[in-house]
Amino acid sequence: MSTEILDPVAEAEESAPSRRRLSRIGVIGWVSIAIIALALLLAIFGPILRPFDPNLSDLSFANVGPFGSHLLGFDGQGRDVLSRIMEGARTTVLGAGFVALIAVAIGTTLAIATAWFGGKFDASVSAGLDVLFAFPGILLAVVAAAVFGPSLLSAGLALAIAYSPYVARVLRGAALKERAMTYIAALEVQGFGAWRLCVRHLLPNISSLIVAQGTILFGFAMVDLAAISFLGLGVQSPQADWGVMVSEGKTSLLQGYPIVSLTAVLCIVAVVAAVSFLGERLDASSKDVLR
Amino acid sequence: MSSLLEVRDLTVQLKMDAGPREVITGTSLDIGEGEAMGLVGESGSGKSMTAKAIARLLPDGATVTGSVTFDGTDVLALSGDALLKHRAQVAVVFQDPRAHINPVRRISDFMTESLRILDDVPKAEAVRKAAAALDEVGIDDPGKRLKQFPHELSGGMLQRVMIATALLSEPRLLLADECTTALDVTTQAEVMAILDDLRRDRGLSMLFITHDLELAGAVCDRTCVMYAGQIVETSAASRLHEDPLHPYSAALVQARPDISSTAERLVAIPGRPVSAFEAPSGCRFAPRCPHSLDSCRSTDQVLTDLDGGVVRCGRATDLRGNLLDGAHV
Amino acid sequence: MLRFIARRGAMLVATLLVASFAIYGALYLAPGSPIAALTGGRTVPPEVMAQLEARYHLNEPFLTRYWIWLTSALHGDLGESIPLHEQVSTLIAQRIGVTISLVLLTSVIIIVVGVGLGIVGALGRGTVDTGVLFASTVSAALPAFAAAVLLQFVFGVMLGWFPVLGTGDGFVDGLRHLTLPALALAATSVALVTRVTRTAVREELGREHVQTAISRGLPWSGVVQRHVLRNAAIPITTVVGITIASLIALAAIVETAFGLNGLGAYLVQAAQNKDFAVVQGISLVLVFAFVITNVVIDIAYALLDPRVTLGSRAQ
Repeated sequence: MSTEILDPVAEAEESAPSRRRLSRIGVIGWVSIAIIALALLLAIFGPILRPFDPNLSDLSFANVGPFGSHLLGFDGQGRDVLSRIMEGARTTVLGAGFVALIAVAIGTTLAIATAWFGGKFDASVSAGLDVLFAFPGILLAVVAAAVFGPSLLSAGLALAIAYSPYVARVLRGAALKERAMTYIAALEVQGFGAWRLCVRHLLPNISSLIVAQGTILFGFAMVDLAAISFLGLGVQSPQADWGVMVSEGKTSLLQGYPIVSLTAVLCIVAVVAAVSFLGERLDASSKDVLR
Repeated sequence: MSSLLEVRDLTVQLKMDAGPREVITGTSLDIGEGEAMGLVGESGSGKSMTAKAIARLLPDGATVTGSVTFDGTDVLALSGDALLKHRAQVAVVFQDPRAHINPVRRISDFMTESLRILDDVPKAEAVRKAAAALDEVGIDDPGKRLKQFPHELSGGMLQRVMIATALLSEPRLLLADECTTALDVTTQAEVMAILDDLRRDRGLSMLFITHDLELAGAVCDRTCVMYAGQIVETSAASRLHEDPLHPYSAALVQARPDISSTAERLVAIPGRPVSAFEAPSGCRFAPRCPHSLDSCRSTDQVLTDLDGGVVRCGRATDLRGNLLDGAHV
Repeated sequence: MLRFIARRGAMLVATLLVASFAIYGALYLAPGSPIAALTGGRTVPPEVMAQLEARYHLNEPFLTRYWIWLTSALHGDLGESIPLHEQVSTLIAQRIGVTISLVLLTSVIIIVVGVGLGIVGALGRGTVDTGVLFASTVSAALPAFAAAVLLQFVFGVMLGWFPVLGTGDGFVDGLRHLTLPALALAATSVALVTRVTRTAVREELGREHVQTAISRGLPWSGVVQRHVLRNAAIPITTVVGITIASLIALAAIVETAFGLNGLGAYLVQAAQNKDFAVVQGISLVLVFAFVITNVVIDIAYALLDPRVTLGSRAQ
């Protein structure tokens, strides 16, 4: 009977202005960026710039509070806390970065390969990933520590493997959508190879999602790596690391001298909060773009 | 015919991110006992908002001035139980039944909900009534349908469920908000016929919102045409679509395919429809009107009586009778 | 429904089979022979060696050993802890109660506080909502070990309200000992559940079918209960389930931090001591619990939402 008279223009009540998100990240966004920049600088230059030897222990200074150039005082073994925080940034921050990088690399490869080849390959890889989903990251890291001995490397690899199915699952959906685009089919007909199409077209088109996933994983990795080091299965004491410091400072904390543990906790929480804030923003805007 | 509903000088502003936005400006209309009133306009004209104001369903933060009187009661002043009771008396049939029926509850639950909760009807009896109501709107095997979930029914069937449900609570006024727009053409005709029949049987008043003037003409006694939050014309439904007085009504008639005569091509209305808050001063339709003069843009137009209806156009008397032929001049 | 459960059950068995194989295989590949652990590195006479090898099936091929391990595991025999000379299943049985209590108490906190705050935030706008958002943002940034340390310091050392270490005796004392660990374990999860609940309830509030219910003159409390909360329960149940499943592994951190004698803490110790039988046994139990929880979530999801064809969880 009736046809639309005109292009339907949204009713006034529905036409709230929609804004692109990342363009305005607000004060919290800038603070987050500053925190992350600082953490990265510490991770790179901390071990060079630290004022004292992070492993120099002088028991006569054990649990002595801040004075002079020792801005954060000493830990239970009389080591300079500020120096240990600066030294520890490297394993904590870069370690998490490598975990995120490896997980994203594995996940992206699997996602694009399954989306591209589909069929039996997709089914069997997906089934394999389903099994991997049954292993929480922490558990895998503990088993890895048992097998290969506790170290940052074994914990990091275990986490990266445990995270990769999550990345693969998210990216596979996006890659499948892109794979189904007619321009891909058109290029295929023109004889362009799978490799070229994947690298030149699929990959760039899901790149915003990849960056968002990487950022979110970086936050997770930092928490989990620190937790594993806290358990004594990652970075090994006396090597400085924020997770190790939380655990080392616990005895002092229970005796009423909390500065070591709390400083390390504060550093971890600040960076994780900043990363997850930015990660969520990136994720939301990348999904806007892909829609 | 006494008025069941009186809307006087209704102005509504919605709260939006960018500040308050006017969506209805000084709208007045009456619906008599048993009368069907059409409300026609493009998207954003404020017709849905008028219905929401009548049923007191406006979103939070909306500011309303003017008055809405339903059966002698000041609707805008209602609160608490009296407001709930008012809403129960004014049934709404929405445009998209699939979105407007809770997807995780069974049809029987949806249909009998207000009977059981508001009228304390025992469940078995409520279900029996629901089955009878489904039968009335022409749904086969009501017993089976009642046990199903909304996603198991077609859109047309769901809209019939919606109508049956609306009538179950014995309302006094029915607000049908584009209730057939989302359906395909044949289903639309069926649903429309059922709605019309049942309404007449019960002597129910109705505000029928649509953007289809001819459809309004077929089921309504009178029709209001709204543009940019204002009523621009009200007259008998049947003649509005044959002899419109306002250039906008005429444009709506011509923009619609006509089955009886073959038009060379449909005449689209130039420009895009605007909402009240973005409307220009003077005649709000002037920028899109083929008959507008400079004076139209400079003076606000008022509703004046003409030929038994009212029209908001300074040139209505000049243009009378010529609008449909002379439109593309 | 039955077919769905059967299919899910088959998938479950397959997953567990592969997982158990992976657990066993990984530890089999570990460098260092169990004999060295048994003997503490001393040289032993060949006949003792042979005896040990026979007892622990060390000479059998890998697949045979896996099969022996798996079939005995199905009978509740998870082997023997070589350093402790005790049955792994006995060791697990002694500790599983603490872990279960911890996870249950944490789940209660997550559901009551997380879902409760989320609903309050969504329904009560303005200051209440801002408060809820702020609280959830703060607790979201608190990983379990960080929360553990903070709670120990504030409520244990400074205020002295709760014990900071140990499991405690009896129900009341045990609960007191579990309070801080459960809060620490709940911190991040409560935040997640609060946010998901708040969003879900908000979304439902804006749905057309809720407007229909309002337009029919139903009282607000009825609209909220019958429509808003009923429908929001679908995503909320999913996130609560996933969160609880994740606690199973995270419990290890909190147990270690608070010196609780639970499975997780014991798993960490066993990993440090290379007590492979225990690592295998506990990992198997944890994976089993994790997978089962996920199946329960799937079933609950399908029961709550009539639109889903059984077996497909919405992302």
